[in-house]
Amino acid sequence: MSKLEITDLHVTVDTEDGPKQILKGVTLTINDGETHAIMGPNGSGKSTLAYSIAGHPKYTVTGGTIALDGEDVLSMSVDERARAGLFLAMQYPVEVPGVSVSNFLRTAKTAIDGEAPKLRTWVKDVNAALAQLDLDSTFGTRNVNEGFSGGEKKRHEIAQLELLDPKVAVLDETDSGLDIDALRIVSEGVNRFKSGGDKAVLLITHYTRVLRYIKPDFVHVFVDGKIAEQGGPELADQLEANGYDKYTKTAAV
Amino acid sequence: MESHLNPPGSFAVSDNPVPTGREEIWRFTPLKRLLGLHADAEFNRSTMSCTWNSQAGVRVEGVSGDEARSLRGISGLVPNTRFAARVLAEVPSTLLIDVPAESELADPIVVELVGKDATNTEAGHVAMRFGAHSKAIVVINHAGSAAMAAVVEIVVGEGADVTVVSIQDWADDAVHLAHHQALVGRDATYKHAAISFGGDVVRMDANVTYDGPGGSAELLGLYFADAGQHIEHRIFADHNAPRTKSNAIYKGALQGEKAHTVWVGNVLIRKVAEGIETFEENRNLILTDGCHADSIPNLEIETGDIAGAGHASATARFDDNQLFYLQSRGISEKESQRLVVHGFFNDLIRKVGVPSIEERLLATVEAELAKNVLKEDR
Repeated sequence: MSKLEITDLHVTVDTEDGPKQILKGVTLTINDGETHAIMGPNGSGKSTLAYSIAGHPKYTVTGGTIALDGEDVLSMSVDERARAGLFLAMQYPVEVPGVSVSNFLRTAKTAIDGEAPKLRTWVKDVNAALAQLDLDSTFGTRNVNEGFSGGEKKRHEIAQLELLDPKVAVLDETDSGLDIDALRIVSEGVNRFKSGGDKAVLLITHYTRVLRYIKPDFVHVFVDGKIAEQGGPELADQLEANGYDKYTKTAAV
Repeated sequence: MESHLNPPGSFAVSDNPVPTGREEIWRFTPLKRLLGLHADAEFNRSTMSCTWNSQAGVRVEGVSGDEARSLRGISGLVPNTRFAARVLAEVPSTLLIDVPAESELADPIVVELVGKDATNTEAGHVAMRFGAHSKAIVVINHAGSAAMAAVVEIVVGEGADVTVVSIQDWADDAVHLAHHQALVGRDATYKHAAISFGGDVVRMDANVTYDGPGGSAELLGLYFADAGQHIEHRIFADHNAPRTKSNAIYKGALQGEKAHTVWVGNVLIRKVAEGIETFEENRNLILTDGCHADSIPNLEIETGDIAGAGHASATARFDDNQLFYLQSRGISEKESQRLVVHGFFNDLIRKVGVPSIEERLLATVEAELAKNVLKEDR
């Protein structure tokens, strides 16, 4: 059983002109077994929500709470959040020069589990995870995200998702910049993760395309730092037909 | 016209005045901590032990008298510092490493220098001769306490493939002032790696000139400065022949109050040196407050016909985004910093390309990290 509860979350980011309010009261509960899609136009604060859940130091929570299974997430450090079961697949994964993918994955797995994975099964697991995402066997020797294509970065994020097997996955525009084959491969990875059972997924996206592959149970429309409307999968179909105009025009008034 | 990167030299000690610290080439160096090595400190009888492994067919021995004198300046070095002029003029003996033409050594020649007394000012001259088409690796290890001025001259014969590694793993009180000068023969490949961890003050100039077209030099450096340490590396790639190459990569990390590093990368492309390629790069990683890194690339170009020339320099603290990425995978802050620092040095350590010292360097980086980044009570 796991449950991510976000309540009245207010977040600022520091700018040259002082702090700027990005999230203006976000309330959202994600139970295990549920996939929630957050959709919204650029600049609506979707990525800020993702980073705030993960604890990026650039963002300051000025109000509200985030709880994972009743535990206060906001009091945890970034690594504690990951060890508690949160995972963020990033929109822009970061290069770490000189650190190989295999070393990175093993170090992360050891940190999450509190003990080193058994060597023989681990190597097999890694190779299988990479192969399923169409990443070849030399991928492990490459430096983390260094010289990766856009698609390789996203597939690498999902390989981590499958290997680290968190309770809650936040996918920040994992679908952006992917061609249709890569989108399918990445979506299959997310669906494999979901089929592990009791998993909560928060899928942040600008486009409805990915929802053909990863079926949401709930869709939230995110506008100007808040949830403007929520509903079931049919809401995504409306967005596909009508776009965000209705919401952005309202927000502008 | 004389290049300002390369003031004319002289073998006469009196032509090389004692530096005041205002000279361009001395302005970063804390002269007061050099125990007079830069000036007129007595070159005493050595109290260091000097040992080496033997290799079949290779002559390694201390020579003196006429033979030692005949080895002064074999690299084409004409001193433009007082200490180098004094070493060539005053030091009675030379450690000679003579690798015959066409011999390929299976194992590195390792010279171990271990000091016992950081107050005993002394000086040494090393001459390495690598015959045409030979292939060899020489590692000089410096450890213990010493106050040493040194000139190392390296002659790389035509088509030879040579690596010279100098490791400064001194005790905290050591002072080391060194000039390494290499002459790279036609179509030869030369790699120099300067690795500095220990010592109170270490200053090393690693210079290279070419004895014909087609020579290639790779100048590598790795350093880790702790509180109070001054580690200064200078390179000078003097492209005096056509179609020569130089590639310099120096990387350093700094930690602790008044840790100071200096990197000066001088590259001169002379008029005759058409079709050359050069790239030099220095990166510094600042691990704590209170450190200071100077990084100065100088590129002087006298010909219009070059295949490529460039430089890069960056000094930065830990990248928040890198640490966030690693921590978001459950890796603790300290472990994340450890990964980043190892990653910073890993590619360079691989480039040194001497397996027997790779592991040692990784261990040394780990030991340096234990002093700050991984310290428990931080």
